[in-house]
Amino acid sequence: MTDSRLVLPRRKFLAGAALGGSGVLLAGCDALTENAGFRQFLRSGEALNNGAQRLIMDRGALAPEFSAADISPTFKANGSISGDTPEYKAHVVDKFARWQLRIDGMVRNPLSLSLAQLMAMPSREQITRHDCVEGWSAIGKWRGTPLGLLLKQADLSTKARYIVFHCADMWAPNVPYYESFDLIDAFHPQTILAWSMNDNVLPVRHGAPLRLRVERQLGYKQAKYVMRVEATDDLKKFYGGNGGYWEDAHDYDWYAGI
Amino acid sequence: MEQIALKPGDVIQRHRLSTRLWHWTNALTLLVMLMSGLMIFNAHSRLYWGEYGANDDYAWLVIDDAGDTGFVELAGIRVETTGVLGLWTDSEGEVKRRAFPHWMTIPSGYDLQAARRWHFTFAWILAVALTLYMLRSLWNGHVSRDLHIRKQEWSPRHIWHDVTQHARLRFPTGEAAKNYNILQKISYIGVIFILLPLIIFTGLTMSPAMNAAWPILLDIFGGRQSARSLHFIAAFLLVAFFFVHIMMVVLAGPINEVRSMITGKYKLPGKAEPQPGPALPQGDPA
Repeated sequence: MTDSRLVLPRRKFLAGAALGGSGVLLAGCDALTENAGFRQFLRSGEALNNGAQRLIMDRGALAPEFSAADISPTFKANGSISGDTPEYKAHVVDKFARWQLRIDGMVRNPLSLSLAQLMAMPSREQITRHDCVEGWSAIGKWRGTPLGLLLKQADLSTKARYIVFHCADMWAPNVPYYESFDLIDAFHPQTILAWSMNDNVLPVRHGAPLRLRVERQLGYKQAKYVMRVEATDDLKKFYGGNGGYWEDAHDYDWYAGI
Repeated sequence: MEQIALKPGDVIQRHRLSTRLWHWTNALTLLVMLMSGLMIFNAHSRLYWGEYGANDDYAWLVIDDAGDTGFVELAGIRVETTGVLGLWTDSEGEVKRRAFPHWMTIPSGYDLQAARRWHFTFAWILAVALTLYMLRSLWNGHVSRDLHIRKQEWSPRHIWHDVTQHARLRFPTGEAAKNYNILQKISYIGVIFILLPLIIFTGLTMSPAMNAAWPILLDIFGGRQSARSLHFIAAFLLVAFFFVHIMMVVLAGPINEVRSMITGKYKLPGKAEPQPGPALPQGDPA
């Protein structure tokens, strides 16, 4: 039985190799994550996913809408739970009576609208699911002004390619929250600036007075405390240049459809 | 046409090139998917059923920490897992309060975005390789000849016979080892045609854009959070398959089995037929 003498060390060797291999693999994966070329390779996945989803998804395809019975008993308030600027805090005190939304940048007719003016405009109500990048979901009912309507009133320039949302929550001194997306999502019927949640005035912890809903993307795109809407042709002009706070600070994907 | 019966020790061509290529591509891809997936899970280590689910909702599976202990809670039953799950020490000796430990995840430290990039890029390799392999295997007859389960194989007696033979670690030899047995067929079909498609489609169901493009996915899996749970269960079943698979390879002769998946050549197991010559020394009668 020469075989067993041969096989056992082989097995031990294989087991040892597997253990050692997994250690090398882990260290190798961490090194790859830091490697510029490999990061570029992984980033190509983002472009591929964005392109593939745009290819199979109709521009106007609606995110699923739910019934009142499906609404989450508790809608988790995530990220900032209040705006931070002194102006914002003053607006909270007088219940946003003197607050105005600015719509400017590459538009021919910049607008300044009060909350009452926004609420008097045609609005859309939708019960939709909010998906956090971390994995949890919550369903809520939103009512707000369609962004497309506002952009038409502001007479968007044909040169504009992106819409940027400036917010009142600060993530560090001089690092306000902001987000952006392209015109396909900007003119999507479910993209609204919501001022009502679950039949009540939008609460401060959920982004009062105005929160963005862009229903085919993840939670970090749903900017809260929106103060200003700016049309642009280049995201490089803003802050870290990646189109959003999380994109700048933590390298999140700008396209958040997954 | 008369065929010469194959006997133990004969070397046959076991695995086609497409099978060998896919096997190793898939093995590496699934490992990356699993480890980056566990890192993504660490961002929210709770699982739910239905359309929604967050911290205030009932979770059927929770991996978390309570003070100085880590635990797994399955359907309300809590098992302490300090040191491995929920609360563990990283390679620098720092205590971490995350579900899966550093040695199971890509990257090893908490980095949701990097893990998502790994996961969503390798997902393409997984899905494209599986699709090509399925098509190739249908085309070249691998499915109809090697994986197709014949009517007589479905008989409970036949299945039970194979189960007991496996339990006694008695594996087919000679000619009989040329073909997959019923348990192998069921496992391979289960992985290729059920588990892998399930994990791909439940993965797609978690994408809000995919929900707009293909809303039927939500109806099939019963909501995004159900899809997330099924995704995790499918991953767990693939891990279970992996361990059984490795165990079988080791028991059946790892060198021969691994070689057959690299070169395609497979030596039929079993004792070679006695050759004329000096008598072999006899061992104890079993």
